[in-house]
Amino acid sequence: MTMPTIRVQTDDFDLQSEIDLLTAGRMDIGAVVSFSGLCRDEHGALSALELEHYPGMAEAEMNRIALLAIDRFSLLGLTAIHRYGKIAPGANIVLVIAVASHRQAAFDGANFVMDFLKTSAPFWKKEHAADGSPRSWVDAKDADDTARDRWR
Amino acid sequence: MTKLVYFAWVRERIGKTEEDLDLPPEVVTARDLLNHLKTLGEEYENALQYPEVIRVAIDQEHVEHFEKIAGAREIGIFPPMTGG
Repeated sequence: MTMPTIRVQTDDFDLQSEIDLLTAGRMDIGAVVSFSGLCRDEHGALSALELEHYPGMAEAEMNRIALLAIDRFSLLGLTAIHRYGKIAPGANIVLVIAVASHRQAAFDGANFVMDFLKTSAPFWKKEHAADGSPRSWVDAKDADDTARDRWR
Repeated sequence: MTKLVYFAWVRERIGKTEEDLDLPPEVVTARDLLNHLKTLGEEYENALQYPEVIRVAIDQEHVEHFEKIAGAREIGIFPPMTGG
């Protein structure tokens, strides 16, 4: 059984190093798909995002989702990293890398993990406005639930 | 005593990160708990005004509002998630 790598951290991550960790010495991997989620500035309106999480549950929930994906798409490896704390526009927030024998499983695996991570991993975003107006919590989107439900 | 932990705008509106509460015996389900908390003061009423949108986790696992909370060591109460 493939075990996922799950990390919740304040530090940034390096995409290539994480890919290398998954593929080093492996001759059976034919496909690597990665997704990086970055902080947008919303056309200059945002100075930062602040990410809050539920310590312990965030890791546990990401691990649960990762195991579902590994099983469903026969992934040969999976890494999911989510940052928390204050994140500036242009900086990384989240990384998912799925590796498999063939591309479709790797694409689907990464997509599946992101769809479930957005709706069930306990993270919350708060926006810091560039003009100094009061900070506001980001609303959950129905579109994220719809994206998750297509995997049923 | 049951440990309750709050996150995001639920935490801000209640004004606490966590607390230990003695829950009355009539509080059986997660829904009962949210309704009970709403009676504890204006800040709780404000945080839990629309209980149907609030998410509940028992011992760090998501539960539905109809589920029982008996035996829970830690109950997390928070808004819909917006990570990723």
